[in-house]
Amino acid sequence: MVVAADVAAQAAGLRVGMPATKAQVLVPGLLVQDAAPAADAEALDRLALWVLQRYAPIAAADPPDGIVLDTTGADHLHGGEQAMLAGMIDRLAGSGIPARAAVADTWGTAHALARYAGRSILISLPGTAEAAVAPLPITALRLPLALVDNLRTLGFDRIGDLLAQPRAPLTLRFGPELGRRIDQALGLAPELIDPIRPEDLIEVRRSFPEPIAAAETIARYIGKLVVQLCAALEERGLGVRRLDLLCHRVDNITQAVRVGTALPVRDVKRLTRLLCDKIETIEPGFGIEILMLTATIAEPIDSKQTVTSLIDDAVPDVSDLVDTLANRVGGRRIYRAAPVASDVPERSVCRVPAMSPETGATWSGDWPRPPRLLDRPELIETVALLPDHPPVSFTWRGVRRRVKRADGPERLFGEWWKRDAELVAVRDYFRVEDDAGERFWIYRAGDGEDAATGSHRWFLHGVFG
Amino acid sequence: MRPEPAIESLRAQIEKIEGRSRRVKSVLPFGIAEVDSRLPGEGLALGALHEIAGGGNGAIDGAAAALFAAGIAARTKGKVLWCLTRPDLFAPALAQAGLPPDRVIYVEAGDDKTVLACVEEGLRHGGLGAVVAEIGRLSMTASRRLQLAAEGTGAIGLVLRRWRRQTEATDFGQPTAAMTRWRVSALPSPALPVPGVGRHRWLVELIRARAGESADFELEACDDTGCLALPAHMVDRSRAQEGWRRGASG
Repeated sequence: MVVAADVAAQAAGLRVGMPATKAQVLVPGLLVQDAAPAADAEALDRLALWVLQRYAPIAAADPPDGIVLDTTGADHLHGGEQAMLAGMIDRLAGSGIPARAAVADTWGTAHALARYAGRSILISLPGTAEAAVAPLPITALRLPLALVDNLRTLGFDRIGDLLAQPRAPLTLRFGPELGRRIDQALGLAPELIDPIRPEDLIEVRRSFPEPIAAAETIARYIGKLVVQLCAALEERGLGVRRLDLLCHRVDNITQAVRVGTALPVRDVKRLTRLLCDKIETIEPGFGIEILMLTATIAEPIDSKQTVTSLIDDAVPDVSDLVDTLANRVGGRRIYRAAPVASDVPERSVCRVPAMSPETGATWSGDWPRPPRLLDRPELIETVALLPDHPPVSFTWRGVRRRVKRADGPERLFGEWWKRDAELVAVRDYFRVEDDAGERFWIYRAGDGEDAATGSHRWFLHGVFG
Repeated sequence: MRPEPAIESLRAQIEKIEGRSRRVKSVLPFGIAEVDSRLPGEGLALGALHEIAGGGNGAIDGAAAALFAAGIAARTKGKVLWCLTRPDLFAPALAQAGLPPDRVIYVEAGDDKTVLACVEEGLRHGGLGAVVAEIGRLSMTASRRLQLAAEGTGAIGLVLRRWRRQTEATDFGQPTAAMTRWRVSALPSPALPVPGVGRHRWLVELIRARAGESADFELEACDDTGCLALPAHMVDRSRAQEGWRRGASG
């Protein structure tokens, strides 16, 4: 029997559940391999482990084909939910795994949306679980196959049909399983994720006889846990890159806080500070009974000898500041600029992580560049002599300006080594100054003679000071 | 003349009220005597907050003001934290004003409130040379927090005031706790014997200086080390030529 069919197989007409002989007839020369459920489960666990280290503090395999994760308190490191899911799917696709992802209030809803909504990324707003699952088929509810068949016989096709029915007769007819799954999808019944744990995970925990809830108390115990964790890390010579704080609440809900650092860290004060900055995101509810601190990603620390010198000032270390800010605004929003070998101005700058090694590289060229570059060049109306004179006047954002002085042209070529379309494309840049002394960076697409090099329209690209 | 004891004690009281108990008041001179002589302490105070805005259209794009701030930051030591909400800053221009890309860490915050929090964090850290904030509204309370944070560590805080609309620029009249307040607007560049644009020229207005008086200067824009210069017609000829040879790039 065919157990799995990917896109290529489905295109060839294979379906899951089809007899193997039939498949072999449909596709001559089909290579048949025995299903290995144990190996599949192991691979899924490995994938879950990767997701755990990279994305969220609570992650588990959701067999046979899914991974469930609680992203609360973790998406900020990846620039929000949308960016996190997009990055996750890109990375999975890069290693040959087509995947779909959905974020929803509950495990049940997210499970259904990821599999049956037909979109690669779906983020449902809080409180919309019912509306989101209603149009999906009832198979999305994680029900046993026999139960689904029975429901279909009775004419239930969509989850919405089930939701509209009174619950009691349904339970009487089909047993409690149906009601349980519906409640789990809508968030009326709790469903816990049993998170996967790597074997050599460094973790410290503390349980409280009396649940704690006050921010100061949490902060105090975080401080104690960090000390223990750092001692454990020191034994192995490691520093932490991802640190998760899991708070098990009395009502059996786990709240997670994740902080990331740019370089491996084993500094008690710094880690405490990073975690305590996030205390306000924890909702203690009726109280927290277990606090758990895990070093999800730990890397060897390379300790450096510092030489005290009388002449040179030591270069102050700003990595702690970078970590604090990254955990506040998101790791992608704190960056340094680095030069890229391209003549096209908007492509000549790329963002690198703030703590990446200093290269000393800078932009070459003596032509002045404007401090403000417009997102996209804005079309301007000009009066200009072709081919190589600057405009006499131009109109930008409804204001006509007479050009008093101008410098140029500086001819910039496209990336002909990358794209065929840019083989002949050029831009002629001018620095112009108007009557009032305001200076602008404008360009003409094309060389002014040959229409193949560009449209010969003028654009304003930047503002000089 | 001997200092009057009464005046001295009054001064001490005022210092105490202002909460400035810094032992050494270090400054960052502009290197231009005409400007430095107008500033208390002969230069921009380190460990203090300074406000910069653009004049005219510069209030919105803040191009000249950004270069002015970059020039100041370039002359400090250590890394520079640049907090902004609109990522339209073009790093090659900063490199031409003396701030190589390795020195500047950008933080792109969603709103003004986050910018303020990041700047305060940066000023409190102590390992940075300068912290630049691009922000629209700056309340007295917020500026006071930043000023205190800067006083604690000696980093220079530069607030680049930048508004979405011209009408909002009247906000610049509101008082803040900043040490000095500058307005930088573009002036026509000097005529050259050949067609072309000369070294950029700015009207730099010192609108407010704590314990000092306001003044206007006509200056030439930052060169590749972040230094400003006096225009040639205002100094003697030999100095002017030296200025030209140094290479005007901005």
